[in-house]
Amino acid sequence: MVENFHIISALVEDRPGVLFRVTSLIRRRNFNIDTITVGSTEKEGVSRITLTMRGDESIVEQLVKQLSKIPDVIKISELKPTESVYREMAIIKVLAQDSVRRSDILNYVNIFRGKIIDASKDSLTIEIVGNPNKINAFIEIMKGFGIIEMAKTGIVALQRGLKGKIE
Amino acid sequence: MRISGARAIVEALRREKVEVIFGIPGGATIPFYDALLDSDIRHILARHEQCAAHMADGYARVKGAPGVCSATSGPGATNLVTGLATAYMDSSPVIAITGQVPRNMVGKDAFQEADIVGIVTPITKYAFQIESASQIPDAIRLAFMIASTNRKGPVLIDIPKDVQLEDVDFDYSERIKLKGYIIRTGDPHPYSIKRAIGLIMSSERPIIIAGGGVIASNASEELIKFAELIMAPIVTTLMGKGAVPEDHPLYLGMIGMHGRIESNKAIEEADLIIAIGTRFGDRTTGKLDEFGKNAKIIHIDIDPAEIGKNVKVDIPIVADAKKALSTLYSKLLEFGFSKKDSEWISRINYLKESYALNYEEKGEGLKPSKILKILRNILPRNAIITTGVGQNQMWTAIHFKIFEPRTFITSGGLGAMGFGLPAAIGAKVAAPDRPVYNIDGDGSFLMTEQDLATAVSEKIPIVSIILKNRALGMVRQWQCLFCNKRYAYTDLGNIPDFVKLAEAYGAEGIRIESYEEFEVVVRRSLSTEMPLVIEVPISPDEKVLPMVPPGKSLKEVIWYG
Ligand SMILES: Cc1ncc(C[n+]2csc(CCOP(=O)(O)OP(=O)(O)O)c2C)c(N)n1
Repeated sequence: MVENFHIISALVEDRPGVLFRVTSLIRRRNFNIDTITVGSTEKEGVSRITLTMRGDESIVEQLVKQLSKIPDVIKISELKPTESVYREMAIIKVLAQDSVRRSDILNYVNIFRGKIIDASKDSLTIEIVGNPNKINAFIEIMKGFGIIEMAKTGIVALQRGLKGKIE
Repeated sequence: MRISGARAIVEALRREKVEVIFGIPGGATIPFYDALLDSDIRHILARHEQCAAHMADGYARVKGAPGVCSATSGPGATNLVTGLATAYMDSSPVIAITGQVPRNMVGKDAFQEADIVGIVTPITKYAFQIESASQIPDAIRLAFMIASTNRKGPVLIDIPKDVQLEDVDFDYSERIKLKGYIIRTGDPHPYSIKRAIGLIMSSERPIIIAGGGVIASNASEELIKFAELIMAPIVTTLMGKGAVPEDHPLYLGMIGMHGRIESNKAIEEADLIIAIGTRFGDRTTGKLDEFGKNAKIIHIDIDPAEIGKNVKVDIPIVADAKKALSTLYSKLLEFGFSKKDSEWISRINYLKESYALNYEEKGEGLKPSKILKILRNILPRNAIITTGVGQNQMWTAIHFKIFEPRTFITSGGLGAMGFGLPAAIGAKVAAPDRPVYNIDGDGSFLMTEQDLATAVSEKIPIVSIILKNRALGMVRQWQCLFCNKRYAYTDLGNIPDFVKLAEAYGAEGIRIESYEEFEVVVRRSLSTEMPLVIEVPISPDEKVLPMVPPGKSLKEVIWYG
């Protein structure tokens, strides 16, 4: 993983405007984030926002401190990559007109433990889940075949072990 | 108690001890205004919503409690923007109540609809729209709590018109909590205090920078005791003016771009900087890499996000200034720390004396510095000063001594021209028994001059002193110094006769031509019962000096000669 890669996880109250407040702050303070995902948690009324960004420690610290000032943000922490599990999903549609290419692609999909989720005469659509490094490596290879379209989810993450449960 | 949403707003405001609201009604706030008519809350009708917000802000800064303003949906609400941004940048507790189009029209581009919550989110501490009348009590309670605790700031509550008409069971006991908003007790962490004490005891040339946070936390007394104990000179930021009486022997002056030379020099020479309640704004620090290069820095602030944001600090103390200072003080006493006159203090006194004379201005015409000195000599110590933005503001900051907290009210962070007059109105409403003087520039005054009408209607006798240079003086000064005197669009050309302008509003207007006349008018103005405008002609070539050019270090100062 790139050295200065950071995952920030924020538990927020599930009310109108929360995501807007968070993104508005990110824009206003000129933070540069790579991905942002939002979804529900095990607790009703609480959502989790996961952000990833690159930058030095002081920028991340500022982002965390600034975000904690938003009254809807219940808890926010940086998840150390080594102490957390994190996943991203990508759906990639690649050109696959001839059978040689098709079998090559299938080979790679197997190696990377992806899944074919759709196929047409000229294309294959692949689902791949994993840490962003793996996904990026896979995308690099697929570029050689010709990516028609691609969608990525951004990262979701949790701390390992028992820590981090919502009280 | 089952009442309408509109009455619930009024009732909630009463519970929050609101005495006055500054605002302008409109279609979307008619129910609220109707309910207001039956209450004992005073309503001051502004002539522009920007002014209503500045009035609430001026009121809040003097009172030390939230000021409330109100506007209708759409254009009324958008007119609040500059006022709210000003309050946000200067951490002032302002509550804005805006009307909104009925719920079923929200998002449809209805007449006078604006997404005000979306617009002000980046310039408020919190902004939200209410979805039903049942939320009103909690919303108002939370708004006041958020605005006036931790680092203070503006909060906007947007209330659709039909919500104001809907009924609600009014219950003002605490029901909803914001889990993410924790009111910090303000107590400093013992470990940082211990480390700070160590640094203080070993330092030889400590200096204190007092920012607006000292005033916000009412920590002046603690600050003075602490400074006297460690024998540290005190300098302030623009927002910190008034944190200590400026005739205190340890007081040196303002620092920064237009700081006094001796204050900026002392910062350079210090080996320990104790910064309290300041965000280290760029106008304060000059070039960041050079700021406090020779010193260790202790930073006390209630907002953890301020620590390390602009300046790297050695010891952070996240705490309320008052508590941090009293803790430091008592710990130092516990350690038996005492300090008498030191070499450092002699050096400071030497700096003070050797630069004092430099501030006397020479040459033709009325000098702003002298006008301000005359004014200071006449006004009582507790007089409240507001300012416009530009040279007038900086001359006041440099030459007008402030003796009490909450008596210097200026737009520091945003630097909003037009702040002076409405802020003075709000200040006078908060402190009707004290003189309130707005020291203004002609350009700034003309941005909100219409609210003289408010002052006249409401019999609010504030005095505006307009340093009339017929120019956007501060910009003109930059053009002179940094653009080779290419004066691009800073000549105001046709400006009104301020005497006639004042009279047209039913206020009094006077033009003075000499220091003697000025003195006479100011003495008389102390007992004025109507708003007064004093026009003071000065040369457009008068400069605010000293000046540290933007981006330069505090020692690269421009001075006469
Ligand atoms: C609302 C707003 N517009 C523009 C500016 C930029 N600006 C800063 S100082 C200044 C000149 C102010 O002129 P005036 O009020 O006459 O005061 P002076 O500097 O002449 O004392 C201007 C235009 C500002 N601060 N605020």
